[in-house]
Amino acid sequence: MSLRPDVLLAILGMALASYLCRAGGYAILRAIRPPPFVQQMLHYLPGCIFIAFLAPVFAQLGWAGWVAGAAVLLAQWQLRRLALSIAVGVGTLWLMQVLAG
Amino acid sequence: MSEPIPDPLAERRGFTRQGFHRGARAALAITLGLSPFGLVVGMAADQRGLSLVETLLMSGLVFAGTAQLVALQLWTDPAPILAATLACLVINLRMAPMGAALAPLLDRVSGWRRWGTLAFLVDNAFALTVAEQRAGRRDAAFLLGVALVMWLNWMTMCAFGHVFGAALKLPPGHPVFFASSAALLAILVPIWRGPAELLPWIIAGVAALLVHGAGLGAPWPVLAGAFAGAAAGAFRDRRAA
Repeated sequence: MSLRPDVLLAILGMALASYLCRAGGYAILRAIRPPPFVQQMLHYLPGCIFIAFLAPVFAQLGWAGWVAGAAVLLAQWQLRRLALSIAVGVGTLWLMQVLAG
Repeated sequence: MSEPIPDPLAERRGFTRQGFHRGARAALAITLGLSPFGLVVGMAADQRGLSLVETLLMSGLVFAGTAQLVALQLWTDPAPILAATLACLVINLRMAPMGAALAPLLDRVSGWRRWGTLAFLVDNAFALTVAEQRAGRRDAAFLLGVALVMWLNWMTMCAFGHVFGAALKLPPGHPVFFASSAALLAILVPIWRGPAELLPWIIAGVAALLVHGAGLGAPWPVLAGAFAGAAAGAFRDRRAA
């Protein structure tokens, strides 16, 4: 149960940097009135962030990941239960790894 | 920018108890999916020699799994203050546009409700909040409700990983780690507003893959993809207008 000063400083630095990222984008948006083009971009930004986040992940997972991803989307589209869709995805990937054994 | 006169009633409508509860319930559905990630971070901290107090302090204040994992990979003795700070700055840069995209919600509140809620912003909480916003409900307390439940789960799982990690033996490619990607993917379904999303989303995916393929690590594929896709959507709409 120790708390070393160098570790504490590193943690505080990490926390400060993370908060600047979290609050910074909104703070800048408030400080400068963005042109209409940027406002239209913000309209599309959320979905694009997640696609851009997931694309490299799925590229590395290979075809088993694509099948599992399709199962997640299908489950969420039909049943709208997040916990269930996640379980379907993990289960599908697990099953395919077992089958590919 | 001139501040409008604060209207306490409007502020209350933008931050309701019901919204907080809705958010907390929504988060419960995905906490199971995010738990493996917390375990991994707790295990990594243990392997780097961090005490349980240090691990929980880091997870509680930083609350960003990928950034913590990367910082822990860079960990040295004595602790790498500058490197760990820079790792968080670079990897969490993707959250700056998220905060900007939540402006319709955050503009309705002020003080701690605005700046405190932002402190808990994370990917999945943002995704759920955007889905909520697109269902027509603008309530910043929803984001806080989601984020606080995720934060409690995060702390529990990091502690669990730190204490029991050595006994768990989860190999890196284990399917449970697919859970956090599956959660984000599933939340894309309610975020989808129709065919107008198709072009920006394709451009975002292609740009992210190109940057990733060029060998650039986080956050550059996310930032390049997000801005390229959003710009494509905005450009198309302006031509159509």
